[in-house]
Amino acid sequence: MGTKRAEPNGNAPAQFASMIILPSEITPPQAYFDRRRFISAAGALALGGLLPATAIAQALPARKSPLSVLETPTPRDDIVNYGNFLEFASDKYGHVERSQAMAVRPWTVTVEGLVAKPRRFAIEDLLKLPLEERIYRHRCVEGWSMVVPWVGFPLAALLKQVEPLSSAKYVEFVSHADPAIMPNVRRQLLDWPYLEGLRLDEALHPLTLIAVGLYGEVLPKPNGAPLRLVVPWKYGYKSAKSVVAIRLVEREPRTVWMKAVPDEYGFYANVNPAVDHPRWSQKRERRIGEFFKRDTLPFNGYAEQVAQLYSGLDLRKFF
Amino acid sequence: MAISDRQLAGLKAVLFLFCLLPLARLGWGAWQDALGANPIETIQRGLGSWTLNFLLITLCITPLRRFSGWAWLGRLRRILGLYAFFYAALHFLSYLWLDQFFDWDAIGRDILKRPFITVGFAAFVLLIPLAATSNRLALRRLGGRRWQALHRAIYPIAIFGVIHYWWLVKRDVATPALYALAVLALLGLRALWRERERREQLAGKYAPQRPPQVRGRIIPIVSQRK
Repeated sequence: MGTKRAEPNGNAPAQFASMIILPSEITPPQAYFDRRRFISAAGALALGGLLPATAIAQALPARKSPLSVLETPTPRDDIVNYGNFLEFASDKYGHVERSQAMAVRPWTVTVEGLVAKPRRFAIEDLLKLPLEERIYRHRCVEGWSMVVPWVGFPLAALLKQVEPLSSAKYVEFVSHADPAIMPNVRRQLLDWPYLEGLRLDEALHPLTLIAVGLYGEVLPKPNGAPLRLVVPWKYGYKSAKSVVAIRLVEREPRTVWMKAVPDEYGFYANVNPAVDHPRWSQKRERRIGEFFKRDTLPFNGYAEQVAQLYSGLDLRKFF
Repeated sequence: MAISDRQLAGLKAVLFLFCLLPLARLGWGAWQDALGANPIETIQRGLGSWTLNFLLITLCITPLRRFSGWAWLGRLRRILGLYAFFYAALHFLSYLWLDQFFDWDAIGRDILKRPFITVGFAAFVLLIPLAATSNRLALRRLGGRRWQALHRAIYPIAIFGVIHYWWLVKRDVATPALYALAVLALLGLRALWRERERREQLAGKYAPQRPPQVRGRIIPIVSQRK
């Protein structure tokens, strides 16, 4: 919000249009033209001639992906200002301001463990990878959901560069943890750093994304800047934010939530309306911005693409 | 400090309006679309929090009265208690309407299967007879002792309310813990007083003056016949 960028409209200043293709130009325009956006677009247009080149450095060129869903994305305001970033706050709003203290440049992410070529990537290098816009459903274990236009690249593209060894069976994701700026890290609310994990085949699945952007711009801090995991068929807590290390390991990682509340938050965390959370039903969900709850879909609507990963697995036991 | 009936009436009127402020804030927020990305959650949580707040404020009256000696404080208690019920009813309604949209099947399963909803629902059900007997007529019909015994249900109600809150949070129990502490303090104080009075009674402090030795039989004034 408030950043000056060329807004989606037919009359974007020519010097910008030649430089970048905003993903917002290729997604359905009705998704963008709510009132507030229209007003800010008008403002950007008026200032267009005066904008220095740096003002659009935030924009990320990205290709439209066939893996996107056709649903209308949740307004950017809601995606940025509502959510769980537990290091910073326990409610769904407090992290927005507090996360602004997080320095996201320079930033490196190490990819290590059972790999032939362990490497440390600078965020600048990752931003140069071919980026895609992927509009994914996002379902929180608490029962709310959004539709999010992420920008990123498949995790598989990153993992291929380090050449996983055959002994690697799982992938671990470690998030940034800084007690100086993160109140709940100071309080030891969980056993930090936030640690999540996937089976290697899940990690290599084409839907599994490393997101570096949102709505055509670099990822905002409240959403896990500068890079985060996105696994759209699993509950949101699997998708670790502000990742600093990715490790290939042999054994199933003990995730931060399994250490804290093992009977409520499992390793798999596949969205499943048939398996209730011990304290609430997962049958339905509230899509942010909608009044009526909607039915939750098995694997969050991605069953066709991912269900075969779990054939023969008792999803009630491996929740 | 004693106050006149007119002052008390004025105070009650001010208090009555004051207690509507949390609701007005939610209403204004809804009108202005300023309740965040998930307004239904904000409304539901807000109403729940204020139910607990009013329960605690109501429980504060007796200690405040004892410490200050201001007897009129007791006459504000009914308004506060009724507001606790009012916010509880709105909280419950927000669950039925905004959250579940009268999906009775899901609601029934929630109440039976989800302990945090069961305990919250129990607290609400227990509040109903208290609200219903808050008027003077009910007090007279029930008699002071029975009325008081009934209205002590506010103790378990407050405890259930805090458990309801505690069980619903995902991880961070800091705020429910604060409420639990407050309830513990308010109920602990009463237990302490009771215990002290009991000891004093045993020590004979309140023992009636030994009646003068009388000959013959004492005839009970209240008839014992069935």
